[in-house]
Amino acid sequence: MTVAETSEGDQELLPKSRTAGVEYLREVGAVLRIPHLPEGIEEVPTDHDTMIINMGPQHPSTHGVLRVMMELQGETVLRCKPVMGYLHTGMEKTGEELTYLQGPTNTTRMDYISPLFNELVFSLATEKLLDIELPPRATWIRMLMCELNRMSSQVVWLATNGMDLGAVSMMIYGFREREMILAFFEKVTGLRMNHNYIRPGGVAVDLPEGWRDDVLKILEVFPQRLDEYDTLLTGQPIWQERTQGVGVITTEECLALGVTGPILRSTGMPWDLRRDQPYLYYDQVDFDVIVGSYGDTFDRYAIRLNEIRESIKIIHQILDKMPQGDYRVQDKKVTPPPRARIDESMEALIHHFKIFTEGFRVPEGEVYVAVESPRGELGCYMVSDGSSKPYRMHIRGPSFVNLQALPHMIRGALIADAVAVISTIDPIMGEVDR
Amino acid sequence: MDEPDGQPAEDEAELVHGAPSALSRGQLVVFPERADYLDLVGLLYDDGYRVCVDLTGADYQPYMERELPAGVTRERFEVVVNLLATDTRRRIRVRVQVPEADPALPSIFQLHPGTEAMERETYDMFGVVFTGHPDLSRILMPDDWEGHPLRKDFGFGRIPVQFKGAPPAR
Repeated sequence: MTVAETSEGDQELLPKSRTAGVEYLREVGAVLRIPHLPEGIEEVPTDHDTMIINMGPQHPSTHGVLRVMMELQGETVLRCKPVMGYLHTGMEKTGEELTYLQGPTNTTRMDYISPLFNELVFSLATEKLLDIELPPRATWIRMLMCELNRMSSQVVWLATNGMDLGAVSMMIYGFREREMILAFFEKVTGLRMNHNYIRPGGVAVDLPEGWRDDVLKILEVFPQRLDEYDTLLTGQPIWQERTQGVGVITTEECLALGVTGPILRSTGMPWDLRRDQPYLYYDQVDFDVIVGSYGDTFDRYAIRLNEIRESIKIIHQILDKMPQGDYRVQDKKVTPPPRARIDESMEALIHHFKIFTEGFRVPEGEVYVAVESPRGELGCYMVSDGSSKPYRMHIRGPSFVNLQALPHMIRGALIADAVAVISTIDPIMGEVDR
Repeated sequence: MDEPDGQPAEDEAELVHGAPSALSRGQLVVFPERADYLDLVGLLYDDGYRVCVDLTGADYQPYMERELPAGVTRERFEVVVNLLATDTRRRIRVRVQVPEADPALPSIFQLHPGTEAMERETYDMFGVVFTGHPDLSRILMPDDWEGHPLRKDFGFGRIPVQFKGAPPAR
């Protein structure tokens, strides 16, 4: 009776006595999930020396509803297992019921800290199926918005990571800076989050009047604030003590586990899709790919901080290169007609009606498109059957994959370091569970 | 717009390690037999495709007559694996046909440990069983959920939401 009540179901960490041989080695190897285990796994404690506790799903440092089952010996984490699904809302299933124009409203809610990237990858996949070429201004606007979003996303990470490690003032500073960008987003898109701004065929509206001044204001304020963060955190001994040498991972392990983004770059591998497989116009701007050398939490902190500086550099170039022209493709089968035309043209009214009720049809085919989100490779696998709704829409969330490195990075760490490691992965649970 | 993926040469799109292949919007796709799937992924691994970026599935129940390269048997399920070679900056996609009667496929966990969660997700959503997977359990849906939601015959919004240990209606 009691056993049944306390059972965690299929996902339970099994008692040691029921875990045999190879499987056990793998679990000890930090559920290393890498078959070739490192030699010299230290002596294994018996069940009664250890304790299995749950962290989450309701825990402030799990960034949402992540639950981590941990086996502890004293304060040392031996094994752990991330359990997710608490935020699963069936977005991929929902995506099959929405037209391509409605699609971004769905995907934008996945990674809610960087919603524009989700819209972007969905739109790029659709456009690749449609085989349409965007006007240059639409692409530059997309780049501008995405880089701003990258800045706000990294700032939120700095804020929450600061709070996880006890630098509570960082929380307030980070969200203060983010608010500037969100105010700009609200001015452009009408919403602070979940914009549905980047759509198949371009963007929803042109940039508003005075946008350049607003962006310049952000670019002026940010470098000073970043220097303040440097003073507050980078050189501070307590901060270094909490982050250096914590959650170390190597390049080989990252590649084996499919881990991308700042975690992969922290190991010294310069892999950034913006440079290595350029999309939009990233091949026309000049920026550096920031890499670390130790693969620890401090490196990842430094990478994210400096990526904001690179984004500032990119945005300055975008401001110089922003052309005049259309903000969406002038293909009447894809783009709704301008509002003014509807009053005077019957054709325009028909097109408007057709696009918003039935949606536009997309040729048969399947594509996989990937962009570099602040967390790593964000991919979209889309299958079209020729109708106006995606037949299959799968989002490859970087958080979902990166989180699988958690047991490996956390093994042998103290429970306080576990908080630092969870934070450094930067999981957004909306994207993990989709 | 630039091609996000490295464009493979036209002549390459024929046989990849003995398996038929095709270009889909400029992206190289391979269609191995189910029996050759594990070997093919291993050969591609040796070719430099060291990263398994994504593994997911698709249910083609209403499209049993869809277009596939010659020599590929159409089955209801497909498992789609996206591989990446970081050295050459190229991508390749593997699509394996999985029959409805026996929805099983060997796990590529030994080669790409990162697929642990992705294979669990595919099992959870499509009911494809990955043999050799260390811990094949549901990952997103509750453990006691019945059915596999992303199958096309799984009703949309028609299943009453049920939770483990929920109190009876008052």
